[in-house]
Amino acid sequence: MSERKLFAHELEARLDELLLLSLRQRSASDAANALETLPRAVQDRVLHWVAVAAQLSNRLGETLAEGAAAHADDLDAWASAGLDAYDANGIDAAERVWRQGAAEKGSVAGFAEMESRLQRYVQGLGEHASRSLTLAVGDSAWTDTATLWLPASISVFAEREANRRLYLLMATLLWGQIRYGSFSTDPEAVLAQWDDRDAALAWLAVFEAMRIEARLADELPGIAREMAALRGVWPAELVDVAADLARPDASAANSLRWLAKKDRFAVSPAPTFPYLGRLDPAAARRVRSARIARDSETVRRALNVIRGAGGRGPENPDVPPTATEGEAQGFDPAANLLDLPADAQAAAQSLQQDLGQIPPEVMHPAGPGVWQPVSGESVDEPAATGQPDATYDEWDYRRQAFRRDWCQLYETEAPDGDPAWVEETRQRHAHLIRSLRRRFEALRGEDKIHRRQLDGEEIDLDAQVEAHADRRSGAEPSLRLFRLRRRDERSLAVMFMVDMSGSTKGWVNDAERESLVLLGEAIEALDDRYAIYGFSGWTRSRCDIYRIKRFDQAYDAAVRRRIAGIEARDYTRMGVAVRHLSGLLAKEPARHKLLVTLSDGRPDDHGDEYRGRYGIEDTRRALLEAREQGIRSYCVTIDRHGADYLPQLYGPAHYTVIDDAKKLPLRLAEIYRKLTA
Amino acid sequence: MSGAAKALSPQLVRLDREPYYHSVGDELDVFAAAAKAKLPVMLKGPTGCGKTRFVEHMAWQLGRPLITVACHDDLTSADLVGRYLIVGDDTVWMDGPLTAAVRAGAICYLDEVVEARKDTTVVIHPLTDARRALPVEKRGEYIEAPDDFMLVVSWNPGYQSVLKDMKPSTRQRFVALDFDYPAAEIEARIVAHEGGVDDATANKLVKLGHMTRSLRGAGLDEGAGTRLLVHAAQLIAAGMAPATACTAAVARPLADEADTRAALDDLIRAVF
Repeated sequence: MSERKLFAHELEARLDELLLLSLRQRSASDAANALETLPRAVQDRVLHWVAVAAQLSNRLGETLAEGAAAHADDLDAWASAGLDAYDANGIDAAERVWRQGAAEKGSVAGFAEMESRLQRYVQGLGEHASRSLTLAVGDSAWTDTATLWLPASISVFAEREANRRLYLLMATLLWGQIRYGSFSTDPEAVLAQWDDRDAALAWLAVFEAMRIEARLADELPGIAREMAALRGVWPAELVDVAADLARPDASAANSLRWLAKKDRFAVSPAPTFPYLGRLDPAAARRVRSARIARDSETVRRALNVIRGAGGRGPENPDVPPTATEGEAQGFDPAANLLDLPADAQAAAQSLQQDLGQIPPEVMHPAGPGVWQPVSGESVDEPAATGQPDATYDEWDYRRQAFRRDWCQLYETEAPDGDPAWVEETRQRHAHLIRSLRRRFEALRGEDKIHRRQLDGEEIDLDAQVEAHADRRSGAEPSLRLFRLRRRDERSLAVMFMVDMSGSTKGWVNDAERESLVLLGEAIEALDDRYAIYGFSGWTRSRCDIYRIKRFDQAYDAAVRRRIAGIEARDYTRMGVAVRHLSGLLAKEPARHKLLVTLSDGRPDDHGDEYRGRYGIEDTRRALLEAREQGIRSYCVTIDRHGADYLPQLYGPAHYTVIDDAKKLPLRLAEIYRKLTA
Repeated sequence: MSGAAKALSPQLVRLDREPYYHSVGDELDVFAAAAKAKLPVMLKGPTGCGKTRFVEHMAWQLGRPLITVACHDDLTSADLVGRYLIVGDDTVWMDGPLTAAVRAGAICYLDEVVEARKDTTVVIHPLTDARRALPVEKRGEYIEAPDDFMLVVSWNPGYQSVLKDMKPSTRQRFVALDFDYPAAEIEARIVAHEGGVDDATANKLVKLGHMTRSLRGAGLDEGAGTRLLVHAAQLIAAGMAPATACTAAVARPLADEADTRAALDDLIRAVF
């Protein structure tokens, strides 16, 4: 394929096609003329973004095409900032972002372009944190201890890189507030002494920044130096405060002690510096105490199970383990923390981070009342229609036993979607599909010279030499003297299990469908056997499996229509889907079998029974059963918090977290290629 | 290789000086016991966590020669056992590394054994059960392994390809040792010793290593191994600025994707 620049008339034709302009008696000649001078690679990117935008709305595509030429040097960031604005606030917001971008272009750093970099940076920092932090756009920089809110764009400095660094400094300081316990002491009593709560919070933010920066200087000296350089030295009248708060044993209580000296500080406004955000201790403490309650409960339950396990739990799985039995055996809570299941250990670490220790009341038995056997049916459960196609057992970790024939499974053909969507997707991604196919074909033809064959197109020199040597030494020479170029039988069967739960609605569902179309096109180049099934459900009496492509079906128009028809439905009862689909996969004669789950989050179902640990344990059990049948599992998820539970389910190397649904189509094909290489 | 190595034959190496190795658990004892019991050993663990160095150390401790074979997907059983060569008008038999190890009573270390072709199991199996023998079909020879011969294999379960897994029939012949990155203090000592840097720098490097490991599955396939950290330390010891050294030795080898590279650079800047 040639890499020459496209001429204006070619660009115009492509844009007209993408934007369906000819139908509306219009043309994109102005945009095409502006794009003509750009390098081919940029032109291709522009066409790509126009296609993405046009899928959402033609007007959006047009606006993007018109503005693109002026943003050739930061096209991707510029385009995705506008698309994000569209997702959040509609088409006008997107156009505002794109037009405003034209005015301030060059120096502004946007949250959209920084998000994935910041996410990784914060995750990297969080080596001590057992929980992951979410990033989101907020009115200013602040955190509630679960999310870091950052401004949508920063234009403090004239240089863009400096603005980007400012994002990093802000995120580090917020991370520091969580890491160094800014919210561990209740400030309300001290705040109440001030007339102006905002002024008090501003001062508290400064004191905390002094304290945190001193700690950062030990742990992350590079970033601390950058902060110090940006703010300059502390004002002379605050030097004693800064020195006091820099002591290694200073805590949030020390900052509050300074804040209590109202007479000294209330007279003037608190100093500000660019990376200083605001504090909202009330919001943070709300989130924090909810988390502490949740974590405590998780740890307590897990400890109760451990205590019970040595007692009569295994013999009589229906009797909930009670704490008193464990006590009688000289139960040592501290030692037992290490034996906890991974989610409880994470909760324990999270508690330790929030409180500095595991509170004693968590370590002590709460009596048998804590463990509640799950009640039967809930009231608002949908009535099952007709006879189920199959029933499956479900694993109850609390009993350490299966619930027999617990889930009722219905398998139906997935409904057809809009055929036009498929065609549009294929056309829009024609370029990408071609390159994917090429790469997949390379995989098929890769390194497949067979040595020592009875017949072949060239002589195997090694074999000839050996045969000659054998003849000389009196041994019987081999007749396998040729090299043969041949494709290896890959002997691979892959099941794609697609999450159709309600939470996938929107971008995720679009991304899933697009990825499947792309992947289908690409796998055709390999002749691998694969099937695609969707799953969704509403309690154990209504687990739905949707057939999209069976193993013995070709990837044809009917399959593509069903892919187009994949839509967000109910809940994610995952265990039963894994059991059913791995059963189908196990019947395949291939030597290697792979179950790929495409999902947006953790197992979940209506009612709180399947939510949380129960669902994760059942899914893990189902995956283990699959493994015993020689099936390997891999999970591709668009869940930021995925890293928390995925290692338990799939094993450390068998999942990928994609932080941006938009990247899924390309990444899924890449992952497939890597998995089967 | 840190011990002075003396070549006995093209592949056979005897270590004269102690290769530096810092024990992290009972692996020294298990290995020594397996060697005494004439059992083969399998080392599992991520890239660059010290598997190869451990084998070198054990070879030195047990006073046995060592042959290391880096397995690749074109490695056949003939490559391990040996072949006839033609020299002038004569044929000369050339032992492969495995045969040489069996004859010499050496430790034969097959690094990344899953990479090798399937037909290598034909020669591995008889050596790893009660027979402890190597049939050399070409020469009609059946070499019984001396007591000092020991087979060690390594593999990285973090590999993602489904086509590269070890069959249970092969796996269950080995005594297995799990390797992971050493605990922070131990790793810092290793980095300081091997890289020739002071403790403060070593601690920072280890901190960076931990940061990259928490990115596994979210941008990185695998975090930085101890080996990468040692490389960074060596660059620093050679006079390079720490941040530049880490970018070159840690960030670049790990990541290709722009956002991940940028985030790694940010973390490096934060640590130093």
